[in-house]
This record gives sequence, structure tokens and C-alpha cells, in this order.
Amino acid sequence: MSEQVTGAQSLIKSLEAAGVTDVFGIPGGAILPAYDPLMDSSIRHILVRHEQGAGHAAQGYAAATGRVGVCMATSGPGATNLVTPLADAHMDSVPLVAVTGQVGASMIGTDAFQEADIRGITMPITKHNFLVTDPAEIPQKVAEAFHIASTGRPGPVLVDVAKSALQAMTDYRWPTELQLPGYRPVTKPHAKQIREAARLALEARRPVLYVGGGVIRARAHRELRVLAELTGMPVVTTLMARGAFPDSHPQHLGMPGMHGTVAAVAALQKSDLIISLGARFDDRVTGNLDSFAPGAKVVHADIDPAEIGKNRHADVPIVGDCREVISDLVVALTAESDAGTTGDYEQWVQFLAGVKQKYALGYDLPTDGSLSPQYVIERLGSIAGPEAIYTSGVGQHQMWAAQFIGYEHPNTWLNSGGLGTMGYSVPAAMGAKVGMPDTTVWSIDGDGCFQMTNQELATCAIEGIPIKVAIINNESLGMVRQWQTLFYNERYSNTNLQRHGGPVRIPDFVKLADAYGCVGLSCEAPGDVDATIEKAMEINDVPVVVDFRVHRDAMVWPMVAAGTSNDDIKYARDLAPDFDEDDL
Amino acid sequence: MSAHADSRSTLSVLVENKPGVLARIAGLFSRRGFNIDSLAVGPTEHPEISRMTIVVDVERSPLEQVTKQLNKLVEVIKIVELDQGASVNRELVLVKVAATAETRGQVLDTVQLFRAKVIDVAPDALTVQITGNAGKIADFLRVLEPFGIRELVQSGMVAIGRGSRSISERSLRPVATPAPPAAV
Repeated sequence: MSEQVTGAQSLIKSLEAAGVTDVFGIPGGAILPAYDPLMDSSIRHILVRHEQGAGHAAQGYAAATGRVGVCMATSGPGATNLVTPLADAHMDSVPLVAVTGQVGASMIGTDAFQEADIRGITMPITKHNFLVTDPAEIPQKVAEAFHIASTGRPGPVLVDVAKSALQAMTDYRWPTELQLPGYRPVTKPHAKQIREAARLALEARRPVLYVGGGVIRARAHRELRVLAELTGMPVVTTLMARGAFPDSHPQHLGMPGMHGTVAAVAALQKSDLIISLGARFDDRVTGNLDSFAPGAKVVHADIDPAEIGKNRHADVPIVGDCREVISDLVVALTAESDAGTTGDYEQWVQFLAGVKQKYALGYDLPTDGSLSPQYVIERLGSIAGPEAIYTSGVGQHQMWAAQFIGYEHPNTWLNSGGLGTMGYSVPAAMGAKVGMPDTTVWSIDGDGCFQMTNQELATCAIEGIPIKVAIINNESLGMVRQWQTLFYNERYSNTNLQRHGGPVRIPDFVKLADAYGCVGLSCEAPGDVDATIEKAMEINDVPVVVDFRVHRDAMVWPMVAAGTSNDDIKYARDLAPDFDEDDL
Repeated sequence: MSAHADSRSTLSVLVENKPGVLARIAGLFSRRGFNIDSLAVGPTEHPEISRMTIVVDVERSPLEQVTKQLNKLVEVIKIVELDQGASVNRELVLVKVAATAETRGQVLDTVQLFRAKVIDVAPDALTVQITGNAGKIADFLRVLEPFGIRELVQSGMVAIGRGSRSISERSLRPVATPAPPAAV
């Protein structure tokens, strides 16, 4: 059945048909026609203050709910402001659809006012993108965009619609078929590869389950737990996979990588079999690739065939959806177990338990009585608990939030892992709260990150999105400062965010929160931390911003310096762990 | 274009005939640092499908990564690696070579020897068309060189598998529109 509508009406009807309930965006000239029917739509539009905020909000929404996040912007600068969130979503496989207005079809290519070739610009940072100039194509392209964004390896899709197409009259008809002959993601793993993986798992003596963000995107956390408990194998969860396996579980060794736990790094490094599930052997995990896990065979399962063998040779490549891969592995290994064949990992598990105990995550409290950032984050995690959602920016606070908060559930830890986008936290928290309104959402942010996107506090206050923000305020770009401390002879070039010796804090975050219609709190004494967090937890009608004024010289440990081997991990400055390899 | 047959692979890539496909593929090669020796694009027997023949320097860019990354592009329908023994390939060169009264006869002998073709004549030059594989073309140009090559234009290589089978059958099946995805 079809009906005569404007292209703009067709666009909004298409978004409704695709199941969209919330959109983050800002109107402007080229997208303006679409905003008129939006007023009459069931879709809630949240008017943000910057398009980057719309993009990260859509990411946070998608990462918290598993549904496709949607953002909308006008042509030219509106669209280019989406570039960072699109690139971010591309790196972290976040299902996102961005709808942008484009100048009228006859104006394209003329350097018209607010014209930018956003399709050309975003080709390398989207899973796919479309330019629509024919209004009849709008429903088809929207349907295809949502299908591509949410299936296979999820990712961002941009639909750029010419203003002339929005204004023209057209037939609206939701398509019954997608015209995507080149898009057929493989989700079902090959049985032979599963058998081979099971065989290696039983032969191995030092196996490890290397769990990546793909397990969360595939909603495979339950299956993962069954596999882990069936085999008894140790588990490590990457930065993107925190929450995919409960932190409280005895088999969990924590996060591997540059700032991972000693036990997780050792588990990969000294293993004889890495079973990689939805992870991509990122440089922050492997360190120097040539010396990474030298004795390990690799089973690499991923829905994206191009990830397999990209960085590390895979002895058993498995292309498939993580949930199906893990389920099939469980079936194969259960059959073996019923037949009396199980793996013998006893010595390995004992060894890693020793490492985990000996080199547990920890931190030194400042000797001058000032506030420790790790302590603040640890208390926040304890008080808000594992049911809350946590978002972070990028840097020291991100690593501490990954280390010192205990995650028990998937989709509760949202961060910018691949691209490392400062400014992700506040808008992502906003998006997560829109998607999960009954869940407490904490944005843990640095004072540097916070100042990149904090204008979205206005959106939160006006739209009734009561997020909570913990600014881990060390008055500097902390992670860069840490590298300057370690690798640049303590020459702090351009990392101080305050005036030298100035008594006034610029900005005053409490006043800033107040100006944005939020409650502003501050805390600088360790004894006040719990009470301040509890007070913030009690405020649920407006956003809360807490300025935690923390010690500036705290550093993130353990650390594998960039480009060095995981064997050279330090658990504190100049302190290398001592493994009793004889125990292996 | 000298022939290093051993370090090159030929990919036949079927793509949707849509604007921007070439930009996507060129962009992919450039940002992933893949090296290509030549690329030729044109229509096929299906109006909605174009075919690219890409010659990849596999010593510097592992073929498996190139193929997998290409396959991720939504508009790439199919990729077939053409085995040298089981396929034929051709390049086309138009070359303008100096030909005076004294040398014209020798140039024409060369043209005939290589089964090339004169397609334009001027008082002091001939324009010659030659098709063939990279080796034949290189040999031809080497022989013409002493006469004086004034201008040269060369196509990318195109290739097709031997025998009766086609790589473009069964490539355009549509898929049903799925229901909107549910929450977790």
C-alpha cells in the first residue's frame, strides 16, 4: 500500500517503521523539512547543543540498549560535527544511523552554502553510507541503513538526504525486500572449525578465553559463562568487554593490555592456547606483536572475517556470530565431557590464581591526605553498584573506571575504546539514560574531557535526563601528564589546565553545573567521598555534577609502555612482577 | 609495467553499478596501504553490475587481507581470484611513435610482427594500437623505443576465466526486510 507524502514525511514514517523511538539531533537549513513532520511523530526528538553530542548520545543509547542509536543533523557543519562520533562508532562496532540533510540535488557540487560532501568524508569511517536524491528511494535506503547498522559486525551508517528530495512529493512504501546483493554476513560458524577448536581446547594445558566487545554486541554473555564454567578456563575481558563476564567470578582475571592486570596479561602471554571471542588483537592488548604470547596457538572467532589473521595468525579461524560460536563450542565440549574427555588445566589455573593474588590491582594513597582518584572511583562503583551504567571519557579516569569498578552485567560499561574520544562520556551517559530511564547512569569524566562536551548538561536539564557526572578533576590532562612524567623527564608541556599558581579554578564546575540547571557538588576530602556520592544518588529529578578535586600525581598501573613487550609489564613504577615459572 | 607474474595476483571484483563505488575502493586501498598495480572498471552483461579487474602486488599487501577488506564493502558483490593458467588477460596501449620517411617501413614491420594496428597516420608519426598481456606489450614498446615514442596511453588489465563458467551468475538475490530489532 502506498500513499502520497512529502519526502520529509516519508523519512519520518520510515524511521518509525524501522522501530525508532528516540532521535538526538539539531535542525538546520537542509534538514529543516524533516523537522516539520517530526513534530507530529511518535518519535521523541532530543534537541542537543552540539551535533557531536547527538552522535555520542546515539552511541550511548545503542551501547546501553542494544538497539540502533539515531542522530540527525543538517548539511555542512552539522554533518561534519558528526564525524567524530561516526568514527568512534565504527571503531567500537556501535549500531548507529545518522541522518543528515544535504543541499538540494541541483546544488550538489557547486560549493553551495553549508555544502559538504559528507558521504565522501565519511566513507572510511562508516560501515556504509548513502546519498539520497530521489524521494522515492527514502524508505528503501532507511530500511537498508538499519539492517546494515544492526546486523553482522554492527556499525554506523549515514543516510544523506538532499533537501530537494525532502521537499518533493513521493509515494511512501516500506520495502519488503532489501537490495543488498553484496551484504551477507556469516553468522553460523563452520562445524569443522568448531570441532578443531574443541580439539585444541582439550589438548591445551594453558588455555585462556580472550573475550572482546563482540561478546557484548552478540549478547553472548550467558553462553560465555556456560563455556567458562564447563571448561574451567581462565577468562580475561578487554576494555570493550568489561561486564561480559562477572568481575566477581573466580575464573575472571580482569582486563588485559597496556593497563591490564598482571594476571590477565600473564594469562595471554604465557598461554598455549588463546581462544579469542569477538576480540581483535588490538595493539593496546598485544603490546609488541612479535613478542606477544609466543607459545600460544590461536582460535580466533569473529563475525568480521577481516579481523581474523589481521594482526595475529589464527590456527583455527572461525567466522560467525559469537553467540552461535560459543553455543556450538559448548555443545562440542559437553559431548567430549560426557564421553569422559576434559582438559587438564589444574596447574595453570593454580599458577594464575597465585599471580592474581600476588599482583592484585591496587594503588597508593597520597601521603598529604589529598583525594585519591582511584579511591573516588572505587567508592563510586561500590555505592552505585553493578546495576548502574557507567560511561567514561578517555585517559586516566577511564582506565581507573575500567579497573576499580566491579562489572557484573554487559552493557553497563560504555566507553570510547578504539578511537579514544575525549568528550564521549557526558553525551553517552545522556543517551544511555534516555534508553534506560530507570537505571542510574554515572558519567565518570576527567576535567579535560568534560570541557569538550559538557554543554549537553543543558540538554539533560531541559529534557529531564537526570544523569550523574563525577568529574575526576586533577586540573590537568592526566594521562598525557603521566607519559610526560615517565617518558619526557617530567617536562609538563601544555597539560596543566589551570593557571600557574592561580587561586581561582577556571571554570568553577559547581557554578557551571548550577548555571546549567544541574545540582553541583564538590568534594576534596577522603572522608567526604561516601556522603557526597550518596547525596548525588538521592537526587533523581535533575542532573548532578560532582567535582572531585583529586591528587594530580596519581598514575595508572600496571602499565606496558607503548610498543614494548607484554613481558615488560610494570605493576608500579620500576617494579616488574616476578613469576614463579617453575610452578607452570 | 614490467611483468613480475609471481608477485602479482589478479582479482575480478563484481560491484554494484552505483555512484561512488570506485571512490570507496580507491579509498580502501589508500587507507589500508594496499598496493595495486592496475585497476580497470567497466560494465558487464548485467546493467546493474560493474566489474573491476585489480592487479595487486601481493608481496607488499597480503592478498587475504585485501580480499577480506574488499568483501566488507557493502557494494562489493563477489571477488574471484583469477589463476594465471586458467584465465586470459589483456591490456590495451595506444602509442604515438615517430616515423620519418626512412623509419616508417621499419615501424610498420614491427607493428605487423606484433600483430598491432596502425590507427592514425601523420606525416612524421604513426599511432599504433596493441593489445596483449603485459609481457607482449613490454616487448613491443622496447622495440619501438629507438624510433622515438612521443606519447603513450595504457589501459588497466582486464581478465576473464577460461571455459564456459561465468562468475556473475546468482549474484543479485534480494533479502527480505527484517522486523525492527528488539531490545536486549
